[in-house]
Amino acid sequence: MSQAGSKKGAVSKLNKNAAINSLIVFVVLLLAWVAGFASRLFAVIRFESIIHEFDPWFNYRATAYMVKHGFYNFLNWFDERAWYPLGRIVGGTVYPGLMLTSGSIHWILHLLHINVHIRDICVFLAPIFSGLTAISTYLLTRELWSSGAGLFAACFIAIVPGYISRSVAGSYDNEGIAIFALQFTYFLWIKSVKTGSVFWAVSAAVSYFYMVSAWGGYVFIINLIPLHVFVLLLMGRYSNRLFTSYTTFYILGLIMSMQIPFVGFQPIRTSEHMAAAGVFALLFAVAVLKYLQSMMSKSEFKSLVIWGGLVSAGLVFATVVGLTYAGYIAPWSGRFYSLWDTGYAKIHIPIIASVSEHQPTTWFSFFFDLHVLIPTFPAGLWYCIKHVNDERVFVILYALSAVYFAGVMVRLMLTLTPVVCMLSGVAFSVILEMYLREEDSTPAIENEEEESSQNPKRLYDKAGKVPKIIKHESKEQDAIGQNIRSIAAVVFVLLLMLFAVHCTWVTSNAYSSPSIVLASYGSDGTRQILDDFREAYFWLSQNTADDARVMSWWDYGYQIAGMANRTTLVDNNTWNNSHIALVGKAMSSNESAAYEIMTALDVDYVLVIFGGVIGYSGDDINKFLWMVRIAEGEHPKDIRESDYFTEQGEFRVDAEGSPTLLNCLMYKLSYYRFGDLRLDYRSPSGFDRTRNAVIGNKDINLTYLEEAYTSEHWLVRIYRVKKPDEFNRPRIPVANRVIKSSSFVSKKSTKRKKGTIKNKPVIVKGKRPAVKLQ
Amino acid sequence: MAQINAVLSKFYNDYMSKTSKKLKVIDAYLFYILLTGIIQFAYCVLVGTFPFNSFLSGFISTVSCFVLGVCLRLQVNPENKNQFHGISPERGFADFIFAHAILHLVVMNFIG
Repeated sequence: MSQAGSKKGAVSKLNKNAAINSLIVFVVLLLAWVAGFASRLFAVIRFESIIHEFDPWFNYRATAYMVKHGFYNFLNWFDERAWYPLGRIVGGTVYPGLMLTSGSIHWILHLLHINVHIRDICVFLAPIFSGLTAISTYLLTRELWSSGAGLFAACFIAIVPGYISRSVAGSYDNEGIAIFALQFTYFLWIKSVKTGSVFWAVSAAVSYFYMVSAWGGYVFIINLIPLHVFVLLLMGRYSNRLFTSYTTFYILGLIMSMQIPFVGFQPIRTSEHMAAAGVFALLFAVAVLKYLQSMMSKSEFKSLVIWGGLVSAGLVFATVVGLTYAGYIAPWSGRFYSLWDTGYAKIHIPIIASVSEHQPTTWFSFFFDLHVLIPTFPAGLWYCIKHVNDERVFVILYALSAVYFAGVMVRLMLTLTPVVCMLSGVAFSVILEMYLREEDSTPAIENEEEESSQNPKRLYDKAGKVPKIIKHESKEQDAIGQNIRSIAAVVFVLLLMLFAVHCTWVTSNAYSSPSIVLASYGSDGTRQILDDFREAYFWLSQNTADDARVMSWWDYGYQIAGMANRTTLVDNNTWNNSHIALVGKAMSSNESAAYEIMTALDVDYVLVIFGGVIGYSGDDINKFLWMVRIAEGEHPKDIRESDYFTEQGEFRVDAEGSPTLLNCLMYKLSYYRFGDLRLDYRSPSGFDRTRNAVIGNKDINLTYLEEAYTSEHWLVRIYRVKKPDEFNRPRIPVANRVIKSSSFVSKKSTKRKKGTIKNKPVIVKGKRPAVKLQ
Repeated sequence: MAQINAVLSKFYNDYMSKTSKKLKVIDAYLFYILLTGIIQFAYCVLVGTFPFNSFLSGFISTVSCFVLGVCLRLQVNPENKNQFHGISPERGFADFIFAHAILHLVVMNFIG
């Protein structure tokens, strides 16, 4: 595309139009990239260039490890600082794509002697990849509909909040690069279906491999593409192109996906991947039958094809079910059950339900994340259904499945966003084409229309551009009334402007507040930065032993490991439910029971997050019920959720709260010494701002633990676990302590005298026998 | 039975007369790979799949060779000319080589 500019002048008029076209495409995509990059920088500009969220801290730590120790050491890395006392085999339990990507960027830049710190690469990786996502969305939509729709889609996805939420600067997470890989794989897949070329299918498989290495969501691809093929077969749209592209893609994708250590043999062992294998076999059966039919050209074979197809599908299905029962193929994992049955996780696996991203999506968040795209994307879907062809079947299926999944889990909003952008792009392109088209529509003017509607992100240009279009239209006198045309054009352009404003507002207010640094605004508009997390983690790294073990709820595991460099018991990689339940049990039982667990686990420090002073709602007391539930799942005898509610079934921290709650470890650690604290003159002492209640247990004494550190706004509180010989003793001030003197004074005499030992053996110095000589 | 025999013999005659020589070469190659696959399958049933990654890489490489061979055959076949726009037999063969290069790189890595 970049060559377009240089080509332009030399060639004839026909080529000139093409050159202008590609120049416009290039400029628009470049602007989309820049706008997408810039709008993701709020967090970095307001705060600083650091990793902001919880999860990315691990990714950052792993990347730093890989850059320091090399790739092979990274694959064999056994991290003994996580999941104490179990440890974690990091190389085998991580999707390495993210680390490899930033590691190779780092390597290339250093090869060119551009000395960038790996942290900066990690911070800016997601914004840079958002531009690549925009380009691949453009390519995909161009294959599906038209170039204009593609430009719309690229601009939408560059600024849509649903995608920005996972790719702001400083959120160094798998999703940032995975959405690019997803869109690019789909583009290559569509391309290969269209052409039937093995080359594109192999490229799709390679891109799929990248996706597998980057994100667990690759399962979405390996189910959606077979679904596409299957639906095409049902619609009677089998072609040899479909056969070449799918079989090549599947078999190469299969063996490549098994190269990732974390995925391993799953592609042939788990039910999630079986649909793809089944469709592969089915396609082969259909191809053989088609071949026979073409050779023999008999009408009976038509029925034979259908019957053979059905029978082989049934056979494959029966084999899969049989193998699942026989135990060769693992049944669906819990996360996938929760996709079908939304209540499943809540009943069976509280740890999945406890993550806020796994909750069902509200209507509000659909609008919040997608704004005008949500009402317009059904229109695009309808256009695709109306003018259906092989590749539009794909986008229809993509849209339907993504809508369903996004409704189930907030987190999967991310997979919905690209398809919504694509279909809205189609809708807008069709509408504007209808209302802005001129009778003798020359391509140049069409392009100008496209370009002018491409400007949602350049807000300030807009006001100048709109009247220009209308002026242009007013020259024409044609079938659709001129007023209707201009009104429609203005309305849609206004909608796009509102969309751009909304996106900027959402990005700046909702998705750019890092969770590691908090900001609060005073009544006069001044901003206060609450940097308690880093303060406390720095304290940990400076004042505790290097091998100290810190117990906290799993949300903070990666941060403690990444920033304080201390051993943690549980962290955000929630692979071991029973270990987490043990920590949950310690937090939710009383102090002495907790002490037993803590000594068994060699805990040195306990870290709790407490938001009662500043009114921070994401603290441990608010998460506490999940700890209880997870603990109850593994230890139903000791922990019962109902004990933590009042008789009316309420969860209260004030005097009416249940006694079990008021005496459990988490409550005590959070509110220790809080009863003495008066936050301001109007409220009583011990007033919890987060829960708007005066705490019920103001007089908390700790027997087995002692307060080690509390950060400035009490957000992070660290306690030291006493050793068995330390507790139950009164503390003596230093001045009153009697220190044993080292010198021993005999009772019998006051003089200092050296003692003697009776019958002290006398050493006789002998002579060495002279045997040695000669 | 006789009918099936008749159908099969007609099929055989049609095949011999209508299929070009180039395609027959590819078919022979495919038949050879099919035999390899059957031998591998018999081996895994009789002896076992102990180094599972080695078995898998061997078997999958056989299957993919077969698949790629079939794709090549489809693209080279003049009857399918209208289905594959812009893919000449030479282009098809180049794609075939390209896919094999990638495939065998991966297989080498996986075989352990």
